[in-house]
Amino acid sequence: MPDPTTLAQDAAIDLRPRDGRKTHFAHTRDQASEPTSLAIRVRDLNAWYGDFQALHSISLDIPANRVSALIGPSGCGKSTLLRWFNRMNDTIASAHARGAAHLGETDLLARSTDVVDLRRRIGIVFQRPNPFPKSIFDNVAFGPRMHMKLSRTELQEVVEWALRKAAVWDEVKDRLASPALGLSGGQQQRLCIARAIAVGPEVLLMDEPCSALDPASTLAVEDLIFELRRQYTIVIVTHNMQQAARCSDQTAFFYEGRLIEVGATTTVFTKPKQQQTEDYVSGKFG
Amino acid sequence: MNQSEESETQLRSGYENDPKGPLASIQLLSGEPRRKLDARFRWLCVTIAAISVLVLIGLLGSILLQGVPSLSLKLLTSGPEPDPSEAGIRPAIFGTLWVCSLCALFTLPIGVATAILLEEYQPRNRYGRFIYSVIQLNISNLAGVPSVVYGLLGLTAFVSMFGLFGSRTSQGGGGLEIGVRYYDQFFSEGMRSILVPVSDPSQSVSKPVDGMQGIDTSGNPVALKVISIGDPLPIGDELQYTLFDDAEAGRITKKSWYHFSLPLGRGVLTGALTLMLVILPVIIISSQEALRAVPSSLRDGALGLGSTPWQVVWHVTLPSAMPGILTGAILAMSRAIGETAPILIIAGIVYISRAPQNLMDDFTVMPLQIFNWISRPQEEFHSLAAAGIILLLGILLSFNALAVLIRQKLHKPLS
Repeated sequence: MPDPTTLAQDAAIDLRPRDGRKTHFAHTRDQASEPTSLAIRVRDLNAWYGDFQALHSISLDIPANRVSALIGPSGCGKSTLLRWFNRMNDTIASAHARGAAHLGETDLLARSTDVVDLRRRIGIVFQRPNPFPKSIFDNVAFGPRMHMKLSRTELQEVVEWALRKAAVWDEVKDRLASPALGLSGGQQQRLCIARAIAVGPEVLLMDEPCSALDPASTLAVEDLIFELRRQYTIVIVTHNMQQAARCSDQTAFFYEGRLIEVGATTTVFTKPKQQQTEDYVSGKFG
Repeated sequence: MNQSEESETQLRSGYENDPKGPLASIQLLSGEPRRKLDARFRWLCVTIAAISVLVLIGLLGSILLQGVPSLSLKLLTSGPEPDPSEAGIRPAIFGTLWVCSLCALFTLPIGVATAILLEEYQPRNRYGRFIYSVIQLNISNLAGVPSVVYGLLGLTAFVSMFGLFGSRTSQGGGGLEIGVRYYDQFFSEGMRSILVPVSDPSQSVSKPVDGMQGIDTSGNPVALKVISIGDPLPIGDELQYTLFDDAEAGRITKKSWYHFSLPLGRGVLTGALTLMLVILPVIIISSQEALRAVPSSLRDGALGLGSTPWQVVWHVTLPSAMPGILTGAILAMSRAIGETAPILIIAGIVYISRAPQNLMDDFTVMPLQIFNWISRPQEEFHSLAAAGIILLLGILLSFNALAVLIRQKLHKPLS
């Protein structure tokens, strides 16, 4: 068993704790004291794009109100899994899946599932910030306007609440009517998170939310994830090992469409059971 | 064999110590020929562009020289009189405005809806995709069909409607009609016009019968008195309602603004529908391009928030694609305004003295009137035609300017 400190140095993981946090691993703070329930249950999930099998028999539990990180090299199927959770794969004609995935009682894969309602319950934030070419206010109000009957003041309240939650309110409160595309990349991404929060989801999926951002914006978004982790079930796909270590409670390592290892983030990063996981988190490949 | 292997090894070992590797011994091409070619190509482009601009200037100049003397208010206010000094293009201006507005009204919704169907509602199964590809292929092919072919199509599909609703008779009637009344017009011996309503227009023109009910010019009902040759003429007021029994009537029609008939005949509506066929493929294809240019991340963003496909289209894709769609629509409408061949087949060259009054009314359009004038031998008419062309260009440019304004207005608040 390698010494955790050496391992971290090898992987160039920043182990210094950030302001207000006791340790560099998010989960160690209060994970033990709070029992968690299950949000998403995946059993024996196989997924294909045409003839190419992207996922092989995945079984995975996503705990509620925790941050789960999906890590692995490019093309390992982690984004595919994420996109099956809220059926974004429906937009790809050749994508199909077999197996079981449930959010509570809702079957995530059934043809009969109401994907519109499903996507309201499971929000998604994409790799590149994709605000609509509308005003900041209209971006956040987009979801609520579709799903809820709100008066003008209620809508304003919802928008402010969502922007505050996404930690972007102070930066945009004076220019809610100006175009969202005028914001910086990091602000845009937090706006997209606010937009997702505004419809009241239970789960937030984040598909490499920081990969198109500069380090400062990445820090802001990571802090935000840290803040949101007790109110939402968050599933984050990331290439950034330090990010997974910093933000997540649970880490699942994927390789070539297979789930290699899943466990508490400290365990996966410091005492991985599989050699492949160890090689990956210590930066030997990927 | 052996020798070549040897020389290869020699080469490899030769540049082992040189940081430039094999490039060390290779001579660089001189930059001069490349720069020369670049300069020549640039001049070629400038020359060709200049030629096309000069040709355009020449065309416009000659049109202006020829047409400006005939540009007058009369051109705008009078009909195509046989005397060139009296002639104007007013009915054709109105015809063009009617036909093109109607055409835009039909084409934009249908064209954009088709583009949305083809781009945003793509089927997932193989058969659906096959059907879509057949439709797509057809639309692309139709965009290249000569417009005169659409004229012939309009003739059978709209003018006579494949004979499904019967055909018109020479004195009116036939088919289905609303908003039109037929009268037989007599002129009494007191030189009054008396209209006798016709119940069945397919019957031939009525003969005068004593006691026949009619309407005089002020709309009062009157009874006709019919006399034979040799009978004494009545005196006083009675003379105004008296006819000889051999009096000939003429069939006239009174059409209200909502006049509509099936088959559609050679009216404004048929012209608009035929032009719709001409420009529909163009509008569909340009709208598709505009929709395709909308980044899919925006669609994903809206879908990820739980939008239905229609909400994605209405709130995200369509607003983003609108400037592109409008650009395509402008180009298509410019084509429709100048289109002559299909209108020639639908409307023919007929003397039209007034603006269309209803959807079924006969019409002519500006290119047709210009064509008509140019084919006359008199020099004055050629000048009139040039003036008509100037007007047509003016209308075209103002249409385009309007559309550009709309487009900019739509584009501004977004990004």
